[in-house]
This record gives sequence, C-alpha cells and structure tokens, in this order.
Amino acid sequence: MKVKVLFFAGLREQLGTPGEEIELPGGVTTVAALRSHLRGRGGPYEKAFSDKALVRTAVNQDMVQPAARIKAGDEVAFFPPVTGG
Amino acid sequence: MKISVQAEDFDLGAEVRKISGEKTVGAVASFVGVVREVPMTLEHYPGMTEAAIRKIVDEAAARWKVTDCSVIHRYGALQPGDQIVLVAVASAHRGDAFAACEFVMDYLKTQAPFWKKEHRAEGAQWVEARAADDQAAERWQDGSRKKAG
Repeated sequence: MKVKVLFFAGLREQLGTPGEEIELPGGVTTVAALRSHLRGRGGPYEKAFSDKALVRTAVNQDMVQPAARIKAGDEVAFFPPVTGG
Repeated sequence: MKISVQAEDFDLGAEVRKISGEKTVGAVASFVGVVREVPMTLEHYPGMTEAAIRKIVDEAAARWKVTDCSVIHRYGALQPGDQIVLVAVASAHRGDAFAACEFVMDYLKTQAPFWKKEHRAEGAQWVEARAADDQAAERWQDGSRKKAG
C-alpha cells in the first residue's frame, strides 16, 4: 500500500527531504513497523529512526503512539519533540 | 473561539477586547510569550497545528467555564523582543480564566507541532524539548492541578 510520509524540522534536515509517497511492503501496518522499515534504508535513516532517537509521529495530523495502525492513503508525519510556545 | 497560526504580529489589547464583549465575562487572563535574546525561526506543520490547538482549547472548555478565548501562534523569522504566542481566556470569574489559560499554554508546549531553530553566532541549532515542559503538561492529568516544580 501507498502512504505519504512527511518529515519536519531537524528530521527533515537530517534526511534532506520534506517527505515522499512510499509503497510499503505487506506487513508494514503500524507506525512502529514503518519506523523500522525506514531505518532499514540505512544512511541518515538508520540514525534518524534508531531506537534512541526521540521521534514523534502523527497519523493524518493526529499525534499517535508507535502501536497505531496505518492504512493506504494515510499521511504519516515524523518529527522531533515539539518546542513551540 | 479564535485560533490563528500566522506570520504577522498581534495586539494583545485588541484580542482581549474581542473576547470581553459578553456581559457574563468578569475576567480575562492572558499570556504572551516573547523571544529572549536569540533570533529564531519557527517552523510548524500546517493543518495539524490548527487542529492540535483546537483540541487543546476544546479540552480547556470542557474542564473550566470558558466564555471565549483567543490563541495566536506565530511562525517564521522572529527577533529578540518579538511576541511569539498569545493565549487569552475570558470567563465569569478569574479562577477559571487563570487555570484555562495556563492549561492551554502548558499543552501547547508539548502537543502543538512547532519547532524553534535558534540562530546564534556559532551557527543555527534546533531547540531541544525540555523535560520541564512535559512535566508542566502532565501535572494536569490527575484532575487536581499540582504546583509547578
């Protein structure tokens, strides 16, 4: 299935892209699985999505936990802990 | 209820007047965040930002008697002394106004998708989230507000 992945702030700079549409292999149906899928790309992705990295996730613009499910057409955003206010 | 994510500056007095019109309003509590000594750029996640603030405001209105409120958050390049954020809450009495205003600010700090990048002489750097901000938001979760640490 296809999802839209977005990266913000330091994560966007680290990966050198604001995001992309990606085709996911079967079995990648949760945020946690998508994270390991991205980590598996190696290079900057390996560090950005390591277990130690503080990465927050929003699915369809709603903050979620790693166990949250994703489905075709979802907008999945990854970003560092927020620092507004 | 007004929620605005904007590049432009805002006028606290004008915003307070806009939410004070109702005859039942007896108190308006407001907070304005200001850039300290370092110039910065604020990035956000258009679409989600407004929705996240809306959720926080709705939660405040469910917990306290809120007659009206205004939340404005700026993005883009900001200089020391510039205003960043405004939260103003109108209510019948000050207790609700103070509590709701502080609640919205505390949650905004941990839930609204904004990121600050500071531009120092030695280079630009993303600001790291503070554990104290998480703790400030968490103290509202058991229903009775604890004193800030």
